[in-house]
Amino acid sequence: MPEMVLLGDEALAMGAIDAGISAAYAYPGTPSSEIMEYLQACAPRYGDFVAEWCSNEKTAYEAAVGVSLVGRRVLVSMKHVGLNVAADPFINSALLAIHGGLVLAVADDPGMHSSQNEQDSRFYADFARIICLEPRTQEEVYTMTREAFDLSETYHIPVMVRLTTRIAHSRAVVQTGQRRAQNPVNKSTEKAGWMLLPATARKLWAELLSAQGRFLEYAESSPHNNLELNEEFTDFGVITAGLGWNYYMENRDELPVKPSHLHISAYPMPVNKIRQLAEHVERIVVIEEGFSFVERALLGVLPPSVKISGKEDGSLPRTGELTPDNVRGILGLEPKKGIDGSGAEIPVRPPQLCAGCPHRDSYDALNQALAAFEPKLVTSDIGCYTLGYLPPYQAIETCLCMGASVGMARGAAQAGFHPAVAVIGDSTFLHSGITPLVDAVASGANMTLLILDNSTTAMTGGQRTILTSSRLEKLVHGLGVDPDHVKLIVPLKKHTEENARIIRGEIEHQGVSVIIALRDCIQTLKQRKKKEAVQ
Amino acid sequence: MKYDVILAGVGGQGVLSVAAVIALGAKNSGLQVRQSEVHGMAQRGGAVQAHLRLSDRRIVSDLIGKASADMILSMEPIECLRYLEYLQPDGVLITSCDPVKNIPNYPDPEGIYERIRSLPASRLIQAADLAQGAGSARSTNMVMVGAASAYLPVEEKHLLAAMEELFSGKGGKVVQVNRKAFQAGKDTAVSVL
Repeated sequence: MPEMVLLGDEALAMGAIDAGISAAYAYPGTPSSEIMEYLQACAPRYGDFVAEWCSNEKTAYEAAVGVSLVGRRVLVSMKHVGLNVAADPFINSALLAIHGGLVLAVADDPGMHSSQNEQDSRFYADFARIICLEPRTQEEVYTMTREAFDLSETYHIPVMVRLTTRIAHSRAVVQTGQRRAQNPVNKSTEKAGWMLLPATARKLWAELLSAQGRFLEYAESSPHNNLELNEEFTDFGVITAGLGWNYYMENRDELPVKPSHLHISAYPMPVNKIRQLAEHVERIVVIEEGFSFVERALLGVLPPSVKISGKEDGSLPRTGELTPDNVRGILGLEPKKGIDGSGAEIPVRPPQLCAGCPHRDSYDALNQALAAFEPKLVTSDIGCYTLGYLPPYQAIETCLCMGASVGMARGAAQAGFHPAVAVIGDSTFLHSGITPLVDAVASGANMTLLILDNSTTAMTGGQRTILTSSRLEKLVHGLGVDPDHVKLIVPLKKHTEENARIIRGEIEHQGVSVIIALRDCIQTLKQRKKKEAVQ
Repeated sequence: MKYDVILAGVGGQGVLSVAAVIALGAKNSGLQVRQSEVHGMAQRGGAVQAHLRLSDRRIVSDLIGKASADMILSMEPIECLRYLEYLQPDGVLITSCDPVKNIPNYPDPEGIYERIRSLPASRLIQAADLAQGAGSARSTNMVMVGAASAYLPVEEKHLLAAMEELFSGKGGKVVQVNRKAFQAGKDTAVSVL
């Protein structure tokens, strides 16, 4: 079998290719972006499948459901908060008669390396009442992804593969297997299986509920949920989930005895195995990456029969990632001490906008334009430009979720606040900024929208946006914004004063104005030039 | 045998390329490899680190624990000091001496060098000068791979082959410059051993 060195994200992509996908859809988001990047890089080598970025996670998910309906295998990938955007089709698709294997790969970001929160997608899988697999090694990412497609076709449900940052962005050797042929086009014959009218949906919901027993049977018998009992030692047992296993195993050799241990990586939770463990020990230590999903289920509301330790009782940190170090205390191990780093003061080095970044010049112009206004409100959004909150610019005040800047400025304007300015990037605007702008136009809100158009999705590595810059202005016109108040500026240092004057003029305009600040991301431009030079 | 390396630097300095070369070289020499990287927002001129673990046995954790690293390899002098508590008492710290001053409160480099020299085993490498000498400032990170090669449990031929494999797409001249940079880094590290 061929050996490859792959990131967790790449192993997932390779698993999907070898499972015979016909299509894959995604929206970029750390730590999931490399799944689609790898699929696109591999597409010419590994066969004929569609691998495309979409406007957002919802459109990606819906396209995936269409592929499944006609019988072919499909992967849809996103980051954890992307699943909030795709939640509507995702939750509902659990009711459908999924036909071609549909696998949802979602990458959570505990520690918020590059995210707005650290939500745990296992709750979503549980909410939708589907099967979720949670690999702990790159090798497992590959094999579990393949298995997820089989499970999806066996049980006619979407299956989630949950990654977290460290596995998504860590490289290891993966043994790959034989590639399975793609499914032929073969439209589902389940007439009522794709129709969520109340009458049909009630039936499909009842079917999904009655299938839960079969999902549980799978989870109980799956080798992914492995219980090792040590009859001799009853003080405590360990449940690990996800990367909790890795950090437990990193330390286990230091324990005087090997406690009973259940590792969970296939959900629904294997309740019988958990009960079996509980019968043997006085205390259960739960080490799981993410929220206390398993732990809270064990705690329940009524007093449990055994003591449960983990994040909820403070034995493990409740925020951030697990590490080989922060799981030592709960296992009764002393902390390890390295070389004392104190003494020299080391200043923090936060991320910052690149030298030459167009956002720098846009923010200079915006700050100048707003200098005469106090108070003022500048809502913003998600991308490199969110760094404009930090010194030296301190130009923006909010970041909530993709596209929220537009709706929030509209709300503030309608509440009677002026000036209300929203700042959003081109990719984020196309993702979720269009609909709130339609709202703002419809309500005649007195707001100004500044679209920072760098012709790329920069923060996640420079993926192509769904619409070229030349079409963005037409789109804004088409949404009904008065063409006299749609302005194009080029954010360069030499234009700052002129740009500030234009922005200020539009802020003073009563009604919706849109200013598009158009200049290429310097990183993406560099990459493109490098590629052209090689070719 | 296990060998854990913490790689440190500033976003844009090529920390991931260093990790990729050593990881591929180690894999081709028959070792197990796990390599954890930082992507996304932190890459924008911020502090970045990567954990690289080499072993002849199965590696379970992607992250290196405190007091466990055999080497800190840093592209920037203050960045190496952030991770000292991860270094074993007899671990080695190798760093470029060239500061990246993209923050307003950058400390006096002399004080930083002194702190680095006071460690049990440390090597300050004039990486930018050596890279210039090799033909391109952009080969600085390969100077650092060369310097690290004096300590890594991976034969030089495997590291060079990995470098060639990873940079071959960028043309013969880049590979040649990187080889020279590697050699210069290695010679310096060996001369101060």
